[in-house]
Amino acid sequence: MMTPTLPTFLMISAALFCIGLLAALSRRHAIFILIGIEMMLAAAGLNFIAFWRFGPQPAPPIGVMVTIFAIAIAAAEAAVGLALVIAVYRHYRTTDVDQVDQLKG
Amino acid sequence: MAFRCARGNAIPVLLKKSGLAFLHRNVSGFLDQIFVLGKQWLLSFLAGAPDWVGQIASSLLNISALLAVFLTLFALMSLFERKILARIQNRYGPNRVGPFGLLQPVADGIKMLIKEDIVPARADKVVHFLAPILIAAAAILALGIIPYGRNMTPFTIDGGILFFFAVGSTNEVGVFMAGWGSNNKFSMLGAMRAIAQMVSYELPLIITVLPVVMVTGSLTPDAIVAAQGGYSLGILPHWFVFTPWGAVAFILFFVSGLVESNRTPFDVPEGESEIVAGHMTEYSGFKYAIFFLAEYFGMFAVSGLAVTLFLGGWHAPFSVLQFVPSYLWFFLKLGVLLFVFIWIRGTLPRIRVDQMMSFAWKFMLPMAFTCVIAAAIWHYQGRRLSGSLWSLGWIVLVYLTLSRVLGVGKKFAPRTYRFAE
Amino acid sequence: MNSAAFFFIAVLTLSAAVAAACLRQLVHAALSFAVALVGVAAFYFLLGAEFVGLVQVFVYVGAVAVLIVFTILLTRHGTDENRGFNWSGVVIALAVLAALLWAIMRTPALYVAAQPGVTVTVRQIGEALMSDYVWPLQCVGLLLTAALIGALVLVLEEKR
Repeated sequence: MMTPTLPTFLMISAALFCIGLLAALSRRHAIFILIGIEMMLAAAGLNFIAFWRFGPQPAPPIGVMVTIFAIAIAAAEAAVGLALVIAVYRHYRTTDVDQVDQLKG
Repeated sequence: MAFRCARGNAIPVLLKKSGLAFLHRNVSGFLDQIFVLGKQWLLSFLAGAPDWVGQIASSLLNISALLAVFLTLFALMSLFERKILARIQNRYGPNRVGPFGLLQPVADGIKMLIKEDIVPARADKVVHFLAPILIAAAAILALGIIPYGRNMTPFTIDGGILFFFAVGSTNEVGVFMAGWGSNNKFSMLGAMRAIAQMVSYELPLIITVLPVVMVTGSLTPDAIVAAQGGYSLGILPHWFVFTPWGAVAFILFFVSGLVESNRTPFDVPEGESEIVAGHMTEYSGFKYAIFFLAEYFGMFAVSGLAVTLFLGGWHAPFSVLQFVPSYLWFFLKLGVLLFVFIWIRGTLPRIRVDQMMSFAWKFMLPMAFTCVIAAAIWHYQGRRLSGSLWSLGWIVLVYLTLSRVLGVGKKFAPRTYRFAE
Repeated sequence: MNSAAFFFIAVLTLSAAVAAACLRQLVHAALSFAVALVGVAAFYFLLGAEFVGLVQVFVYVGAVAVLIVFTILLTRHGTDENRGFNWSGVVIALAVLAALLWAIMRTPALYVAAQPGVTVTVRQIGEALMSDYVWPLQCVGLLLTAALIGALVLVLEEKR
């Protein structure tokens, strides 16, 4: 087996991104959609780290920095998203995004 | 102190007089490094093998040494906890199996092994099975980064402190899996309580580590221990617990550690009278033993980290005592902290959930941030006496303000029992 | 870089991700999601960015997974097994995957060899955060505070 190269990492990350996309598009439960978005963000972070690692060295750790900020923002997004899910559930008694279709409360 | 010096010096002076100073230095150095040298000797048998074999063998040796030491310590601890609690409560404690009951852990282990392993019919089998494994693995991994002696860190990683907390945070998922997989309302309630308290007290636990990391400028436990080496006036150690911010941070860290390892006074997740054994209700036999083991390993890990961060790690408390091997000092300090764990358990009553939560968010967290600022003051005042006094003043100011603010609207009076009488 | 480790982590990550996307039981999906993100953290370790891997485990397993699990428990009602599965999503995901793979295959500039032994130390990251990235750091701090307050306001009981 060969040592992993940049394209293999990119393929893994592309697959992860598409699995996240699948979860976000095809499931109707709000939490699944959030899980899918988080997975897409993680795939993007993996890409950043891979490009940093295989880029010209020594380079300033830009990819690492972007990933750290992405993780922080993903955490904030998860907190607000899950709070939204709870608020919607309190109001509509459902977490199915297809049934939350009223503009008026 | 003079008396102590004289006694501490007795052996080296004797050796010097007899012209054995060279031998003395070598013997103490050899005893200090005996385990490291032993490992190198064992690895020398693999000299011809490829690189990765040596690496794997080295890791395996580290892991087996770690497990051997801490499983022994676990057995001893489970016995001594019962013995010491019994002393505190005017009883004898286990004294039937073996001399002074020393073989009690063996009997307990056999009992646990031959018990029936019951899995509830409606339980989620996979999650129920994986939960104790995850919890035990997290506890064992957390032990790996602690420096047990000079050159004796099982697992060196850049950012070891962060590793400790990252591994520790998987514990919450394990507890949730135990509670949810059991399909039992007591388990679920216990798991929710445990997770809530762990999440709340993880903040002060981590923030009290920050001043140490700031002052040493490193996340590596070895560097933190090295920064606490050296003695002022030739005798007093430079441990962080002897600075004002360090003392406060140590106390806060220790209390948070009590909560993280679910010990009395904070053992709300397993109150027998309310929710049976919390997330462990549906576990029996060896799985229950593994939960028990993970709880103790977590306790060892938190105490070990407290020793590393605040109590100087493996450094001797006085410069004249440096001839004693470093790992003995580490385990002596660990033993003292574990005794305090037992002592607190035997002394303090449990507190309520709401008291615990408000304590975490209204008192522990502000005090932890105060420690960070106090450490900065200490650093920028040149790390001398004036800096200590300024940071002490800052901490006292915040403490008094906080206690005044939190005490507003509360009346302290003897408790009245309205329903019991 | 170890190819056996790479293969193992890739299989673990992708299978856990598929499980997270497709399992029926929500809690199982959330736990698989945690496993998938631990796999991503293992990739970070493999790529020499240990600090980011640790942060990944710390944030995702310690915080996000626990949050998700709590939300699942708080929003569970009797039978929510309506379980709609939108097959057009599968088609779109596969199309995107094919396009991405085609782009990766057709870009020859990607086939570069990695320099051995590149890592980033915590000290480097800290210095970068405190010098070049101070303003992003402050902005993230502000964002996190806002998210904390916003989440609290959202889940406060509505006054009736």
